Amino acid sequence: MTTETGKTRLIDDMKAYSGQDPNCCYQCTKCSAACPVSAAMDLMPHQIIRYLQMGLIDELAESKTPWICASCFTCAARCPRDIDLARMMEGVRLFMLRRRGGNKFGPADLTPEQLEKLPQQALVSGFRKYNK
Amino acid sequence: MPRTGVFICHCGSNIAGTVDIDQALEASRNFPGVVHADEYRYLCSEVGQDIIKKAIEENNLDRVVVGTCSPRMHENTFRKAAAEAGLNPYLLEVANIREHCSWVHKDMEVGTPKAIALLRAAAAKAALNDPLEAPELDVEKRALVIGGGIAGIQAALDIAEAGYIVDLVEKDPSIGGRMAQLEKTFPTLDCSACILTPKMVEAAQHPNINLMTYCEIDEVKGFVGQFDVTIKQKARYVDPVKCTGCGICWEKCPSKAPSEFEMGMTKRKSIYVPFPQAVPMIPVIDRERCLYFKKGRCQICEKECPPQAIDYEQQDEYIERRYGAIVVATGYDQLDPSVYGEYGYGQHPDILTGLEFERLFNASGPTGGKVVRLSDGKPPKKVVFIQCVGSRDKARGMNYCSKICCMFTAKQAILLKEKVPEAKSYVFYIDVRTAGKGYEEFQRRAAEEYDVAYMRGQVGKIFPEDDYLVVRGVDSLSGRNIEIKADMVVLAAASIARHDAPDLGRLIGINSDSYHFFNEAHPKLKPVETHTAGIFIAGACQAPKDIPDSVAQASAAAVKAVGLLSKEKLLGEACTAEVDQSQCSGCLNCEAICPYTAITPVELEERYKDGTLQRTVAEVNPALCQGCGSCTVTCRSGSINLKGFSNEQILAEVDAICLQR
Repeated sequence: MTTETGKTRLIDDMKAYSGQDPNCCYQCTKCSAACPVSAAMDLMPHQIIRYLQMGLIDELAESKTPWICASCFTCAARCPRDIDLARMMEGVRLFMLRRRGGNKFGPADLTPEQLEKLPQQALVSGFRKYNK
Repeated sequence: MPRTGVFICHCGSNIAGTVDIDQALEASRNFPGVVHADEYRYLCSEVGQDIIKKAIEENNLDRVVVGTCSPRMHENTFRKAAAEAGLNPYLLEVANIREHCSWVHKDMEVGTPKAIALLRAAAAKAALNDPLEAPELDVEKRALVIGGGIAGIQAALDIAEAGYIVDLVEKDPSIGGRMAQLEKTFPTLDCSACILTPKMVEAAQHPNINLMTYCEIDEVKGFVGQFDVTIKQKARYVDPVKCTGCGICWEKCPSKAPSEFEMGMTKRKSIYVPFPQAVPMIPVIDRERCLYFKKGRCQICEKECPPQAIDYEQQDEYIERRYGAIVVATGYDQLDPSVYGEYGYGQHPDILTGLEFERLFNASGPTGGKVVRLSDGKPPKKVVFIQCVGSRDKARGMNYCSKICCMFTAKQAILLKEKVPEAKSYVFYIDVRTAGKGYEEFQRRAAEEYDVAYMRGQVGKIFPEDDYLVVRGVDSLSGRNIEIKADMVVLAAASIARHDAPDLGRLIGINSDSYHFFNEAHPKLKPVETHTAGIFIAGACQAPKDIPDSVAQASAAAVKAVGLLSKEKLLGEACTAEVDQSQCSGCLNCEAICPYTAITPVELEERYKDGTLQRTVAEVNPALCQGCGSCTVTCRSGSINLKGFSNEQILAEVDAICLQR
């Protein structure tokens, strides 16, 4: 179980990371019904949002679902509440990575040759995800 | 100098809690012209009103200022009291020291001086108040009901029973509306036609009801008590007097078109009545489809018609009538679910909307009352119902709950089990919402006695495979993916406003919400009134609703209309605009901006030098003017004043607040 403050913080974090508000979801399960890979998930997509709503941080961190999500955006296209669950899922991944602690890598870890060859977009995205 | 009396209300602690009444009273005594000041705990009570009345008589007051709640609450109460004491009611002025003062402030240090300023402003304005008389207006003792569905029929019957003439206007060839399309009605499973058709016949035969089918509203002018309406009678090409409704014409007619009544699932003839119990039983010719109108040949209906009622020369007619009151009951449409690609509506004959599925149960429906798949004519073994298709969906549909779907789905699942006992129903729902007398019990009966499987979840995809439809969904309560090989799928498509509701609203001058449902004047206390006096709304044109609610609302609207028609005279607006024609430049900006067409140009003849001069000026019709004040602010020369809110009065208020005099 979790505390009310933990729940509020988790929802605030999620809004900041993904721009999506888990509280907008009324659990119709359209996302799960539409998801092409939900059969492989331990928590269904709508359950991920439910866990966010309830502030079940530790349980969420153990789920494999965010890593199975293929970001195909079908859920976002179908959601009647206009929630972009694919973005929220990315927010959950971000949250988990940051929670595990520490910077995975930063600009200093890359050689000038690597920096030159790697596309800018990938670098920015990588730093955003792995750099606090 | 006027003799003004000031009366301050405590409103319990509502005002007295944040306004020092004694201090305000003391300050009031020093306002110019104030000869009397008093206070009371509840000024709106009878005792409070008596205090005002007595003071007017004893002190010979000719102006009254009450420091109370908003004039929207009690201005009328106090004006009546003043009138009873012999004072012209428009010489009373309300200082709103509750909503505008005590409720918005927390401490007396702020509240008291503001209350005093508001009272001073009201006293300054009152000094300039003129006695006004509200004009008396005639009431045309005739009502117009727009829409011949169950709500319109009920409203027309109630008004007619009260003794007034009603014109019931319906755009289709027959009255009956949506209810005529239904097989059974929840929660009692009455046969819809059995309870509706007697009412249709009653409306048609009622001496006070004038049925106007195949008619549309063309123009609405005027105002409460005197609406001048032009109604377009579309050409039927059938003489309604000669026609006996024998049906030979539509039997013999060789050309066909999709039936609107059957949701396009079957054909009707080009000369047709929409359904077998149509009222009136007089066909119309569909000009777009008729071979004679298209190619100039055929005329079979004319040759076969025994009373020779066919008249190809008939033209649209425009009928002008005056009405005292209007009831709008134009009903609803069903959302087209083809925007939901995942459901495949329109791509497979066995994927239907709720209303289409309903027609399959009806003996005169497209399958003759047999519930079968439209693809192969076999009875369905498994039927999946999907709720909230377009309802509660702010992304692709409507943000509201359509209210009727939970119940009609339970009804159809029960009817299905009775017609096809081996059929199994599955209902995918988000929430089951069955508030209403006997509704919850009905839905539970579907689940418990009729073996309807309720799945709490939604469907993500439907696709055909072999001779069935694969429905992939989720049951959130078990957290499982569900796959059903269904024979049919029924979509509970959202109830939406009629596609032409915005046009009609503009035409008759009533406003709508963002979904184009007509707005009631107050969501709780004025549920059938609109913001336009004399126009009332009933049924699903206001919001999605079921038959009991529509009928109740229709009767309510009828009572309001009858209340209006029963008056000999209506009191108009006393605070109307007035043009100082000596200053008016005749630019007529006021005419353009007036929402009530109350301003018209007139020609003045004036002496000028040796001859005369023609000059155009504006004139206000006080019977039409509603006192909105738009013209006064538009007038470039400042020559329009609103009685009761003249420029002088407003400026006196501003001065009293700013200059504290």
